[in-house]
Amino acid sequence: MGSGRIFRVSLNAFVALVFVFLVTPMFVIVPLSFTSVSVLIYPLPGLSLRWYWDFFNNPLWTQAIRNSLLLGVTVSLLATALGTAAALGLTASRSRFKPLIFALLVSPLVVPVVITAVAAFYFFSALGIAGSFAGLVLGHTILATPFVIVTVSATMQGFDRNLIRAAASLGAPPLIVLQRVIAPLVWPGLMSGALFAFAISFDELVMALFLASPELRTLPRQIFSGVSESISPTIAAAAVVLVAVSTGLMLAVELLRRRAEGLTAQASTS
Amino acid sequence: MSRSTTGTSIAALVRKAELRRERRLLAIAAPAITFVLVFFVLPIGLFLFRSVDNPEVHGSLPRTLTALHQWDRTTLPDEQAFAALVADLRALRGKPELAMLARRLNYDVSGFRSVIIRSGRLAEQGLPPYRKWLIANEPAWGDVTYWGAIRNEASPLTDFYLLAAFDLRRLSNGSIAPASNENALFRDLFARTFWISFTVTVLCLIVGFPVAAVIAHARPKVANLLLILVLLPFWSSLLVRATAWIVLLQDEGLINQALIALGLIARPIRLVFNRIGLTIAMTHVLLPFMILPLYSVLRGIPQGQMRAAASLGAKPVIAFLRVYLPQALPGIVAGSTLVFVISLGYYVAPALVGGPRDQMIGYFVAYFTNSTVNWGMASALGTLLLVIVALIYAALARTIGLERLRAQ
Repeated sequence: MGSGRIFRVSLNAFVALVFVFLVTPMFVIVPLSFTSVSVLIYPLPGLSLRWYWDFFNNPLWTQAIRNSLLLGVTVSLLATALGTAAALGLTASRSRFKPLIFALLVSPLVVPVVITAVAAFYFFSALGIAGSFAGLVLGHTILATPFVIVTVSATMQGFDRNLIRAAASLGAPPLIVLQRVIAPLVWPGLMSGALFAFAISFDELVMALFLASPELRTLPRQIFSGVSESISPTIAAAAVVLVAVSTGLMLAVELLRRRAEGLTAQASTS
Repeated sequence: MSRSTTGTSIAALVRKAELRRERRLLAIAAPAITFVLVFFVLPIGLFLFRSVDNPEVHGSLPRTLTALHQWDRTTLPDEQAFAALVADLRALRGKPELAMLARRLNYDVSGFRSVIIRSGRLAEQGLPPYRKWLIANEPAWGDVTYWGAIRNEASPLTDFYLLAAFDLRRLSNGSIAPASNENALFRDLFARTFWISFTVTVLCLIVGFPVAAVIAHARPKVANLLLILVLLPFWSSLLVRATAWIVLLQDEGLINQALIALGLIARPIRLVFNRIGLTIAMTHVLLPFMILPLYSVLRGIPQGQMRAAASLGAKPVIAFLRVYLPQALPGIVAGSTLVFVISLGYYVAPALVGGPRDQMIGYFVAYFTNSTVNWGMASALGTLLLVIVALIYAALARTIGLERLRAQ
């Protein structure tokens, strides 16, 4: 029994170490963004918010924030519209081409992003939209749409199609069925797809490296060029903001997912 | 109306309705399908085509190629070929195609670029006999090597770039030979990319397996908490995590400080902008991709089986190897494949935390696109990367079946 206990204790200790490894980088960078000096060293000589002030006031960063927000919202709208429609159509379909079409639609997930980005740059240059806002929106939408499709399809998996038939047999016209039955059930999936798409665009770097002109620098692009030169505490502050936004978004997605699961289960049992 | 009462026409009506329904559903999905085809599949197709595309000589020197058609490749071409060349160069005057032609021929014979550019400028003043005049003004044209290069690149398609990606080249007699030393860097690049990905995959497996097992067999509340700890870094961008690792691993970073404080080292050791830093950062970034699929497979292994094996007298190691591990195999294969394939395509992490000797294929795809605008080479490397990724995914689907994996 002794050796079993030793094994268990050492296993747990190892796993604890791995978790330290997993979370340490995040916990290291957050305090550094509150340092009072311009070098990134521990122990912190003092605390200050000056780097956050710099982040939210320096035109280089505010421009990047504005670009990223505008881009994220546009990409989110476009990807959600395309992805939700595709997911609705595909989940209901009984076509034997369904797996093939689905594979085509999510294929941007498996191709290395650098290839997708270089190809987009090549194609968009020929169209004359490389370096434009439209080009960047299209580039990010390519990467974000599969996430919307997967998220909304997952919501639709638990969707009981008898509900539509029941509503129809009770005399509801199609538009009312869409409004009263389908929409409330799809809504959480659609919302989490939209947030997901925003998060993808907000975090995305490689497409931005190839497709963004200097005036269109996004937040990740700005952080990247800062890191390539020298890391200032403002970059730490920017990184913390980026992490806070994406973590917040993903938590919201997770909550919505659970809500959606609850809703579809409820709707088909009650 | 009366016909619809017979059995066969009801079936026909149902089939028709079904077809109409399918068409309507396809119409809903059509915008997304069109979008993916136009802005993803088409650009990638066009980009990959560049790896065999050879438009420069074929498009810019049509008269010269016609004149060289019967050429024996050993003696200097005749006056007719020289006249054709001058005519072609005159037609190219002031056009961007001249620079593209010069750059393309320079890949075959170094120094050809300036020969073309100079001759392009001269061509206007050329007087017959062109052969004598051109050689007098640009002696390179008296050397059959240059003419041979033009003749070699006559075809609108080429295997030049794909061969170069394997450190090979085609000689003027058509046979394939190893590339010259200064051009032989791609086998090294592929070996390095594979080696880094392999190291990271093995590390992720060693580190991730115990974690996935502990989460899989923990009480639901604990498991949920631990999963969130895995997901938290997963949700923050690679860029931020790479930044954090640079801060941690730099000379005056926490790790070096700690090692010095512990008396293990006297002076800071170099932990970042080299292979060590890259391996650590990539393992950190990719670990969740190992843990999550492993966890979903391990969760399905009944705990009772290990106890049963023990009660039947199996030592823990034997029970683990004979009972637990075989059932964990699909998860191990899926997680390892995922980590390996994702690392193969990495570009940002090596660029940020790696040194000059740690750059992978993705970096060179970007480099040939941005720095030298060599689309052919960028495309050849991209094509190879994509083929490798596709083959690995196909092999994965073959061996364990993606459907089965998803079911778990």
